[in-house]
Amino acid sequence: MEQVITLRRKVERVSGLSDRLLGRVVYVSQAADHSKDEFLLIRKSDEYVDISQPSRFGAVIVEEGAEHLVPSEVSVPIIIGLPEAERVTAGSVVVVSPNGSVVTLYRPESHSNSIFATGQCNSNCLMCSQPPVDDDIPALIKEHLRLVELIPGEPETLGITGGEPTLLGDGLIRILQTIKSRFSNTQLTMLTNGRAYANNDLVRQVAQAAPSKFVSAIPLYADNPTLHDWIVQAKGAFDQTMHGLYNAARNKLQVEIRVVLHKQTIPRLPALADFIYRTIPFASHIALMGMENMGYVKKNWDQLWIDPIDYAEELIATVRKLYYRGMNVSIYNLPLCVTPTAIRQFARQSISDYKNIYLDECHGCQLIDSCSGLFASSKERHSRGIKRQ
Amino acid sequence: MANTNFLPLSEFEPTGGYSLMPFRFQRWPDGNVFISNSAGEHLVLSSGDFSKFVKKTLPYTSSAYMGLLARPMLRDGSGDWGYDIYASKWFTKKSFLDGFTKLHIFVTTLRCNQSCPYCQVSRQGEVADCGAFDMSPAVMERSIRFMLASPSNRVTMEFQGGEPLLRFDLLQEAVRKAKELNEKVGKHIDYVLCSNLSILEDRHLDWCRTEGVIISTSLDGPEYLHNKNRPMGNGRPSHEIVTRNIRRAQEALGKHAVSALMTTTRESLLYPTEIVDEYLRMDMGSVFIRELNPYGFAVKSSTVLGYSSDEFFRFYKRVFDHIIQINRAGRTFSESFASIVLTKALTPWTVGFVDLQSPAGAGFGVCVYNHDGEVYVSDEARMLAETGDPTFRLGSVLEDSYEDIFFGEPMQTLAASACSEALPGCSDCAYQPYCGADPVRNYRTQGDPMGIRTGPGGFCRRNKQIIEYLMQLAHTADDDLTRILWAWICQEDVNTAKLPA
Repeated sequence: MEQVITLRRKVERVSGLSDRLLGRVVYVSQAADHSKDEFLLIRKSDEYVDISQPSRFGAVIVEEGAEHLVPSEVSVPIIIGLPEAERVTAGSVVVVSPNGSVVTLYRPESHSNSIFATGQCNSNCLMCSQPPVDDDIPALIKEHLRLVELIPGEPETLGITGGEPTLLGDGLIRILQTIKSRFSNTQLTMLTNGRAYANNDLVRQVAQAAPSKFVSAIPLYADNPTLHDWIVQAKGAFDQTMHGLYNAARNKLQVEIRVVLHKQTIPRLPALADFIYRTIPFASHIALMGMENMGYVKKNWDQLWIDPIDYAEELIATVRKLYYRGMNVSIYNLPLCVTPTAIRQFARQSISDYKNIYLDECHGCQLIDSCSGLFASSKERHSRGIKRQ
Repeated sequence: MANTNFLPLSEFEPTGGYSLMPFRFQRWPDGNVFISNSAGEHLVLSSGDFSKFVKKTLPYTSSAYMGLLARPMLRDGSGDWGYDIYASKWFTKKSFLDGFTKLHIFVTTLRCNQSCPYCQVSRQGEVADCGAFDMSPAVMERSIRFMLASPSNRVTMEFQGGEPLLRFDLLQEAVRKAKELNEKVGKHIDYVLCSNLSILEDRHLDWCRTEGVIISTSLDGPEYLHNKNRPMGNGRPSHEIVTRNIRRAQEALGKHAVSALMTTTRESLLYPTEIVDEYLRMDMGSVFIRELNPYGFAVKSSTVLGYSSDEFFRFYKRVFDHIIQINRAGRTFSESFASIVLTKALTPWTVGFVDLQSPAGAGFGVCVYNHDGEVYVSDEARMLAETGDPTFRLGSVLEDSYEDIFFGEPMQTLAASACSEALPGCSDCAYQPYCGADPVRNYRTQGDPMGIRTGPGGFCRRNKQIIEYLMQLAHTADDDLTRILWAWICQEDVNTAKLPA
């Protein structure tokens, strides 16, 4: 029952492309108004391609097996041999590279669209599912601004993630401004560790630039600096994040708190709930999140892995505390069968669609329609409590 | 870039040991130690952990250390985040001070048709001279102007007496005038009518509904108790009348718009469950178990009506147990004093309750405009003045300015004794953040606004016992009780908060 959607594809042949290029996918049948913003996608199912002026598109992408449909005279970049082209919907925004990679950046049918700000991070969390990588931030900023311009229509939701988005500095402010000017009503969620928010000037700029529905989702892994700093592998991180949270409140920025559930966060989890309520009562939401078995998790497995059915007691106590106190709490990424019945009402279908799977055991489960399922990375290693309900 | 040379926990050990932040503590009979700070945060430590804490030998990885740091009751080398947060928390807890005096009590008449032996007000008979004991139009207008001069953008105009409904025309005029004068000021005004409801007419209810006035009445318990505590001036029983009229008011205004207060007399001590059951029978959502105040006629009657703080505490616990059973069975019903204390102790928020705050409610949170134009910091202060002691008389609406009244000599005297943070016996009490100061009572019972906690008056002994009881209860509560207490704090239905098994 694997449902993973491939966002990165490789093609056989690219011509006429010297640099990375972003464009919005348009199908042959809909390609009436050509534009340089658009990449024409020619699919096997297209019986006949009558494109009088293919050069008016930004590029032409050809599905595997549809090479014979390519018009002979194409003066724009052409990307030949795209696999699984039917998964690339019209209106998607993709970036093509001279090395043949085609990456989907935005899918209009999805609620999981995020701008991947940068792979760089100023923390190095033990359980990072996406370990930091070096990249070219100035170049990325240009691409992100271009991406926002290319998104067709106003998305209901949009994310900014990373890496650590605040490392974009002024670039982040420009991206926020562009989003605000294009999409006044989009719910924008930025995943940030909040450390840069210790600088109140930055927070003030973010608050001015961001659209009205903007939330900074900030992780907090313990009610004390020692444990939090160790988990994020950065001395002073807790100090910065706490200052950051208060700066956010000061500038009326909405914040939510995110906690990844693993062997090192579970023992202090109920105490963290107390701390959040007494110290960050302005948090609009608290997400308690099952761990994604990716990246560093594999390396730190013994130190991190605890089966969700073995932390049921702590999770119930924590959810109860927050719920009784009137806080808005959710459980992310835990399949319903390993979420205790007392707190199932707090479980959300939180896993991004492109990496969301269900197991063979899930087949025929009566709760499947409301279940988060699993991360694709949990296919092999997952809770022993998973069973059909 | 990815770096998989992860540092061990020991690399993050705070350097330089730790120092103690200001805290107060109380040893409990079970051996545990209750610790609190001015932000109202608290923690219960074992005696052993407490001892290590103050000797600065707690290991940084211990749960006690982490709990203390999170509140914060200790500081280590992990940054200055705690100071900022402590300031915000403390500030939030004192935000009831925003806007200064918010409760404005208007004594539109001192005449009353009941003759309760514990009356703390120097009431006059129903047929006493109206001119001498009712508020004149000039006094009313000036008093309203004082209320509207308050810095708060939300004020409560509360009508007390005497029995205000004896002069319904004055109430109508007061609200009309307040609304007229407020047109240019634009405050939000809440209106409360404190009445024994003995002469309630349909037109009174129509007026309440039209003008948005809510009703606060008195119900001391079942018939035999209420009639004994609160006889009519003509000696007739009042219970049947008040309960019938509570119903009428509930039907006309909605249940949320009618509340009742009870006063505990010596007789009441015999009926803890019956009192609660009477409130339930009357569809009330809560009861406020109030001790008799040592004022007014209550002092004269103390031999008959009075009891010790310990007796009151025993009574309170019996009432409370009964209320908890009711809630466990699925009916939402709270005890208001407990709700106030629990909100102070368990939430980061503030509570504006004038009888239990520091700085004291008197003057800072409430003032009383008497029918004759005199302004007092409280009912109690008015009583003192009428026995010849004007210490807490703020001035006259007819002669003095707003500044004279709210920043004059009496307010200075009051302010000097109004902060329990600085009162002997309070300043080092673990329950100080949840309690209050009552300089007027201290003055009345001990001749000194600061007073001593062990002196007569009972404020300290009663509050300390009940607050400690509530803290112990909250600390040892099972999940069911925890849910109930939080439902009271959040003013929710106890069943709404219930999660599946």
